[in-house]
Amino acid sequence: MSDDESAVQDAGFDEWLDAAESGEAYALECPNGHGSLPPRRVCPDCGATDLEEVPLPDTGEIETFTVTHVPTPAFEEDAPYATAIARFGPVRLTGQVVGTDLETVENGLEVEIEITVSETTGERVLGFSPA
Amino acid sequence: MHDVRVAGAGLTAFGHTPERTSRDLFAEASITAFEDSGVSREDVEALLYGNFMGELSEHQGHHGPLMAEAAGVQAPATRYESACASSGTAVRDAVMRIRNGEDDVVLVGGAERMTNLGTAGATEALAIAADDLWEVRAGMTFPGAYALMAQAYFDEYGGEHEDLAHVAVKNHENALSNEKAQYQSAIEIDDVLEAPPVSEPLGLYDSCPISDGAAAVLLVSDDYASQNDLDAPVRISGTGQGGDRMALHDREYLARSPAARDAGEEAYADAGIDASDVDVAEVHDCFTIAEVLAIEALDLESVGEGISAARDGRTTADGDTPVNLSGGLKAKGHPVGATGVSQIAELADLLSGEHPNSEFVADATTGVAHNAGGTVASATVHVLEVVA
Repeated sequence: MSDDESAVQDAGFDEWLDAAESGEAYALECPNGHGSLPPRRVCPDCGATDLEEVPLPDTGEIETFTVTHVPTPAFEEDAPYATAIARFGPVRLTGQVVGTDLETVENGLEVEIEITVSETTGERVLGFSPA
Repeated sequence: MHDVRVAGAGLTAFGHTPERTSRDLFAEASITAFEDSGVSREDVEALLYGNFMGELSEHQGHHGPLMAEAAGVQAPATRYESACASSGTAVRDAVMRIRNGEDDVVLVGGAERMTNLGTAGATEALAIAADDLWEVRAGMTFPGAYALMAQAYFDEYGGEHEDLAHVAVKNHENALSNEKAQYQSAIEIDDVLEAPPVSEPLGLYDSCPISDGAAAVLLVSDDYASQNDLDAPVRISGTGQGGDRMALHDREYLARSPAARDAGEEAYADAGIDASDVDVAEVHDCFTIAEVLAIEALDLESVGEGISAARDGRTTADGDTPVNLSGGLKAKGHPVGATGVSQIAELADLLSGEHPNSEFVADATTGVAHNAGGTVASATVHVLEVVA
């Protein structure tokens, strides 16, 4: 990783974070209704190439979670922190649970997307906060 | 189709040797494999070599020719990288080369140097087996990914951390007699439950260690074995590989591993066996929950039942189907690129009566090896059988 990393965008992914920050997170959907995440040209389920952006529901539901105590260096100052997988309509997302005590995170918890930052690196992080 | 035999194997000790280069580790394993097999170096037609994080830990790419040189073989060499299933995929391609007559003698191996990175550095390096944009940047680590699967499993099928602790206790017990193992130490259930958390519910003793080590096997055609009067009583009779979506959140199931199920079904069909024929298994227990998911994917246990297998003694050394008699990744260690080949080496020794734990499977004829990459986005399964 070079020092310039933050200056170079990951096309598709960074636009998605921008949209999510504006409350306009989306999934890609093919004509057969398969959801996926960008950057993507081909539906991974069926190979369709005409993917369209569809808005995600405002809230999702946590399906599983963990509290991580031993992080990678990029999250050294963040630990311990909760990571969860949550369902938002046609896709699931992995994110860091913020805005609540770690003890209150549980399966079934209703959350909304909140783009946060790593306390360690200042980089943007996909997060969830209780709805 | 030519039959594939395991002519010989070599393992380094797995453990903490941060100063040793992977080329030195692999050289040692290869020397043992040549001595064990009686195969001469000039007969080797290809080296297939597994390695995952060499760019990060040794600033080294292009491992193939480097490792052929280290092993003293004049043969074309190719590196295989499929995360923790790297050398499992190398074994599979070697089997197919020998079966179709392309080669008679293939050196298959793998090595990983990890401990020089330290815990944080190795955690970061292992994480590149996940989706960088959508998983790693959200803070998911590898223990974290398996913790997400464990939590999903508990939610869907029941079970608790203590059930997982029995997997760790069993595999440490199995490693006591394995002189190559990183941990030759018995642990108790309370040691697991009271260990520092890594990613809840998984703690330090639910996790395999960070390891340095290498493995090598010499695979040969049955014709070559008989022409050279080799002692090669174990054949690889089945091979299978499965794949899945890269990110855990994109899978249909969060608490199952369909890639391993597909690999197992393919390998069983290839060998003409079914799960009930399996006498002994070496599975990819990078975390305790991973062994549970593996034995369910291999149909050794029904879905939702694998959680109790170690606790109830079905997979212990004296159980119906012992799992990870080597100690598994958990206690033997997990030098990532070496693991798939080391499973073949351990299983061949178990079946041929040459393993310290062979006494537990004295009548065994059929074994299965399961190697998984990432959160099982890649999986290989091999069936080994004693030649009648």
